[in-house]
Amino acid sequence: MQELINRAKELLADGTVARVLGWKKGDFVYNPEPHIFTSAEELEKDFVYDGFCGANLSKYMIRASKMEGKTLVFLKPCDTFSFNQLIKEHQVVREQAYIIGVGCKGKLDHRKFQEMGLGDIESITGINLMDECDVAKVTTIYGDKKEVPFADVMLERCHFCKTKDHQIFDEKMLGSKETTDTEGDRFDEVRRIQAMSPEERFAYFRSELSKCIRCNACRNVCPACNCLHCVFDNTNYDTAQKANADSFEENMFHIIRAYHVAGRCTDCGECSRVCPQSIPLHLLNRKFILDMDELYGEFQAGSDTETPGPLTAFTMEDPEAGAGLERSRG
Amino acid sequence: MSEDCLCKNPSYRQDVLIPQVGVIRKITQETPDVRSFIVTAPGGGRLFDQMPGQCAMICAPGIGEAMFSITSSPTETDYHEFSIKECGVLTSYLHGLKEGDQILVRGPYGNHFPVDDIYKGKDLLFIAGGIGLAPLRSVINYCLAKREDYGKIDILYGSRSKADLVKLEEIREVWEKAPDTKVWLTIDREDPEWDGHVGFVPSYLTEAGFSTDKTAIICGPPIMIKFCLQNLEQLGFSRDQVYTTLELRMKCGIGKCGRCNIGSKYVCKDGPVFRCDEIDQLPDEY
Amino acid sequence: MKKLSMNDVPKFLSSVGAAMDLFVPVRMTGATNWGVWDKEREVDLQTLKSVKSPKDVFFPQCQTMYTVSKGEDGFSIDPMKLTDQPFCVFGIRSCDVRALTVMDQVFLADPVDTFYKARREQAILVSLACHRPAQTCFCSVFGIDAAQCDGADVAMWMIGEELFLEGQTEKGNEFLGQFSELLSDTDDTASVEEEKESIRSITKKLPYSSLSLEGWGAGKTDEKFDDPNWQQLSDACLACGTCTFVCPTCQCYDIKDYDTGHGIQRYRCWDSCMYSDFTLMAAANNRTTQMQRYRQRFMHKLVYFPTNNNGMYMCVGCGRCVDRCPQALNIVKVIKTMDKGREEEKA
Repeated sequence: MQELINRAKELLADGTVARVLGWKKGDFVYNPEPHIFTSAEELEKDFVYDGFCGANLSKYMIRASKMEGKTLVFLKPCDTFSFNQLIKEHQVVREQAYIIGVGCKGKLDHRKFQEMGLGDIESITGINLMDECDVAKVTTIYGDKKEVPFADVMLERCHFCKTKDHQIFDEKMLGSKETTDTEGDRFDEVRRIQAMSPEERFAYFRSELSKCIRCNACRNVCPACNCLHCVFDNTNYDTAQKANADSFEENMFHIIRAYHVAGRCTDCGECSRVCPQSIPLHLLNRKFILDMDELYGEFQAGSDTETPGPLTAFTMEDPEAGAGLERSRG
Repeated sequence: MSEDCLCKNPSYRQDVLIPQVGVIRKITQETPDVRSFIVTAPGGGRLFDQMPGQCAMICAPGIGEAMFSITSSPTETDYHEFSIKECGVLTSYLHGLKEGDQILVRGPYGNHFPVDDIYKGKDLLFIAGGIGLAPLRSVINYCLAKREDYGKIDILYGSRSKADLVKLEEIREVWEKAPDTKVWLTIDREDPEWDGHVGFVPSYLTEAGFSTDKTAIICGPPIMIKFCLQNLEQLGFSRDQVYTTLELRMKCGIGKCGRCNIGSKYVCKDGPVFRCDEIDQLPDEY
Repeated sequence: MKKLSMNDVPKFLSSVGAAMDLFVPVRMTGATNWGVWDKEREVDLQTLKSVKSPKDVFFPQCQTMYTVSKGEDGFSIDPMKLTDQPFCVFGIRSCDVRALTVMDQVFLADPVDTFYKARREQAILVSLACHRPAQTCFCSVFGIDAAQCDGADVAMWMIGEELFLEGQTEKGNEFLGQFSELLSDTDDTASVEEEKESIRSITKKLPYSSLSLEGWGAGKTDEKFDDPNWQQLSDACLACGTCTFVCPTCQCYDIKDYDTGHGIQRYRCWDSCMYSDFTLMAAANNRTTQMQRYRQRFMHKLVYFPTNNNGMYMCVGCGRCVDRCPQALNIVKVIKTMDKGREEEKA
């Protein structure tokens, strides 16, 4: 971590960048916040990068792109897909960013610690990038001590990591570690839900989406949701900003959002990470990715800054309009 | 609330958020974009008693609900009147209504101008711009109805054009003819139909040079209020001599939904009427 | 004092649930929220903090107030019936009970909100002491006792495999009398005292227990409003409504129409001052930046509300915002940062 701080200080000092977008220590090890650092002292005092720094900082670069001078941003391998996609959508300016691709050994999910009764973490070791990140050793404020396999407390998305290679960067620092599960792939859960009867599937989604309050966290954190004014935020419609009033709103907000980001969603998993109600929202996006892969050939949004997405390009090989319907009839 | 309301369901009063049915009895086109609506209870008469400056929530079911100042004076006991400018979804809908149509009304909400205590015996200077006349009209007519309770009354009113002067007929026929009352009218730009004063309200205020023993009451667009305040101060008025109204987004009207909260005040409940030195105490967020 | 074996809890809840509406923390697909008891639902008395607070029971996320239909002779208004039967809220925590007192200042102030008042009057509150308060808890800062809820009708402790219940009000004693069948008398007050002592000693040691509110409170508008820290504090804010919706004291609401096809349902639902359209009017918006909206939320809780309510803060230290903010911003960071700013100024 100190190397990251030192490098950021150098780049600030020699004027390469005007500010540093990174993670700031929280009161507890599990709640660092995204932060813009402007001085060496501040970096030295508050900068942190460890297993709890799951936040994808690329979306903050939309704002930072409009600031004077370059912004140094730390991006994990998966975050670089979002950054590329934002370049493709003309939302960020490449030249305004100095990207340090930081290594990743998987990111942690505090709620998994809570479920194990280990949420009140007084101290934890094994989660820094210099560590092996095989086992997290936790001590709680209640004096409970436990060694937890890293994989048991990782965010869902890290079990199906796309790659540990940065897609865009100016320089790379710190090594990564493979976190992908050896068995199965990221579409297994989608396939399981696809195999359900319509009634079962509806019941499944209602049991999840009925928890939605419509806090908009999933939308507001999503790098693909970068509209200046969201179509839902219209005071003339029932979808105006406010808590959900009925099941129709609970369902439609997510379904429409999934349609809107289809072909642009990099599967960064931030939507599920931030949901206060633990709704696995990424499954809707993965369903679209799986369908598009099958219909148009494999495609990964954000793997570069040029290739048009499957829904914004036309080729003679594209399936006819009825193909989707036929598939759904199985 | 009047006891003779003929609302079919007597339990409508179980909560202040539940409105009464009002019937539009008369619609007057005041200016190209302002209409006045005279509203009564279905059986006639007022829906409730109010004080000058108080507001009511008007609702068109399925369209929306918003706060409007009651422009008729409390001394007018047969009806409530609202002057409404067409500027959004609800107001456009209201402009499309006809005499005999129903709306829902709840209120009265907010504080009122201190007509029965502080203003008594004082010389009053009313300054209004455009639709800003609506809340002041209830005070003016209240004072004129109890003329002996107040000193000299000056009314300075301006609008974009002659056609945009609200209630011009009443101004000419009633206010100008009232005892010890002077009306100062102005429009923003030259108009062949107009032989009166031309110029913005704040500059007319300076030109007229009112004496500082008056109590000033201002209502109009924010920018007009701002410059009028500056000019009043130049004339020597102190801020505790000047009253105005604030307008923020409101939903409940009773200081609970949180929308019009500014500092420790709720504009719907603690306002809309504020003395300018009270506004100075609020965070600059209105 | 009464005792109930944990094994008998489902049976006990069944008999209460058969007699009246019963609200319990319900676990569903990985999240615990308050809901009406049903034998099919998983009652979760273990989770310390429900995601949404039980304010949902008194001030529902969405609540129809009245319906309007249009007949031949005009509109007819049909108000929703007020709650007129007793109901039980089982397992509510001390902080969430205090939060009701906070909301009372708003909803029971003149003019009274009758929908809320009816629910407050009919509710029988059965509190559950916090066996293991979380690191993020700071209720003690507001003088709340996690060990014994003084605002509840029945105070309850979960000790090992048993629940201990003690009536604290007439209503509470009546409730225990009504459902006495599965309850047994106990004079084992020592276990309860031990549990209370343990909770209180933990609470004292929690990291946020020494949080200082000095510099906040009634009349501090000028000092805090222009503090330069608001900008950096709000920089990472996503402008989502999570903090406001999980907060037990946030009570802002919107009023909207729902067209049923046969009439209009006029309902109110939670709204958030963090949302960009919260103050939007046809002509203008008086808070156009997220910094302003962020500042409004905390100024309201820590300055404006205390100014109007004899110094009572609009925060009970439940720590839900600390737990749930997607980017780890929260009220504690605000309180601490500005406190630091003040100290540095002094130095």
